[in-house]
Amino acid sequence: MKQEWPLWEVFIRGQHGLSHRHVGSLHAADAEHAIQNARDVYTRRKEGVSIWVVPAADITASSPDDKGSLYDPADDKVYRHPTFFDIPDDVGAM
Amino acid sequence: MYAQMIKSEATQDDPEKLAAFQARIDAGEKIEPKDWMPAGYRKTLIRQIGQHAHSEIVGQLPEGNWITRAPTLERKAILLAKVQDEAGHGLYLYCAAETLGVSRDELTEMLLDGRMKYSSIFAYPTLTWADMGAVGWLVDGAAIMNQVPLQRTSYGPYARSMVRICKEESFHQRQGFDIMMKMANGTEAQKRMAQDALNRFWYPSLMMFGPSDKESVHSEQSMAWKIKMNSNDELRQKFVDQTVPQAEYLGLTIPDETLAWNDEKGGYDFAEPDWSEFFDVLKGNGPCSVERIEARQKAWDDGAWVREARLAHAAKKRAAKVAAE
Repeated sequence: MKQEWPLWEVFIRGQHGLSHRHVGSLHAADAEHAIQNARDVYTRRKEGVSIWVVPAADITASSPDDKGSLYDPADDKVYRHPTFFDIPDDVGAM
Repeated sequence: MYAQMIKSEATQDDPEKLAAFQARIDAGEKIEPKDWMPAGYRKTLIRQIGQHAHSEIVGQLPEGNWITRAPTLERKAILLAKVQDEAGHGLYLYCAAETLGVSRDELTEMLLDGRMKYSSIFAYPTLTWADMGAVGWLVDGAAIMNQVPLQRTSYGPYARSMVRICKEESFHQRQGFDIMMKMANGTEAQKRMAQDALNRFWYPSLMMFGPSDKESVHSEQSMAWKIKMNSNDELRQKFVDQTVPQAEYLGLTIPDETLAWNDEKGGYDFAEPDWSEFFDVLKGNGPCSVERIEARQKAWDDGAWVREARLAHAAKKRAAKVAAE
């Protein structure tokens, strides 16, 4: 039976102090292999100091159809942003 | 370009959904893999990104041809790095295509059995070291013309892979021009080689943009979907206008007697390539067409045991780990 190498999502920490960021995906037989391939495919120009690989099949993603129920509740809570409040200039920086 | 003559697929979707989709694109939103998209958009993109990916991979062959014969160790290391980049570009693009629901193996098989194409430019041979200069300077130069606007294409994964590719592409063009400068300022024989490489690659480079698409319905649909950003003629003109002064700097002559500056349009007038040759090459009758697919087929066949062994090894390690727990 024909089987393809599974798909892995690759996350790279660009510099010390930054979080890992999704950069793309690749195929590999196992995690170790995925790290080796990620090194070759995504860090040929010193783009990172750390690599995470995650089997793509293990990622659960929200559905675009749930956009409303997930994000709309934030619409009427503008007071969460500091600019909602007017602080007189006399008070100084806050 | 790397994706030539992409036929956009007619689409038979719900008109309301189609209108909402078009509105998102018009508003500059990116379409992501899980979003609803018209079947035609998906199919056209698979074909376009797939052909683009195949071009990167097949494009390694004409340059790989010179790795062992590069004139210095430094040139060899640089060329090796460049060819490795092309492999990377192919992989970014394959992954982007796969988000549309086609598998990597399917894509490869479609290239091998001729259902998918690669860019016409890679069906030409690289006969001398100067060709490495001409390929980097002209072919990568032409690719950049097309790829820079594609960074703004509507399909998110495609746009993001273009961003990565564009970052690396400029090294490719400059290394090519650097080779051309060395040759053009070298001995008489080297100068002749540089001119000869330009002569052979000029028209095939112009063909990369594809035939004039003024009348093409497919172009119109692809442009509305923002998976094609400029017309073929527009990009070709831009390429010629950029390249002519560079050739002058090198002291080389563009092999076109009709080439002349046109003040009115603010660009050069130039001769069209022989389009019958282009169509013939696309059909698989280019000078190296058979050789290229044979090389890909051999790599696919020779690699089969590696693909299987890697999976078997991973399964064995997994089983051992489970047993130890």
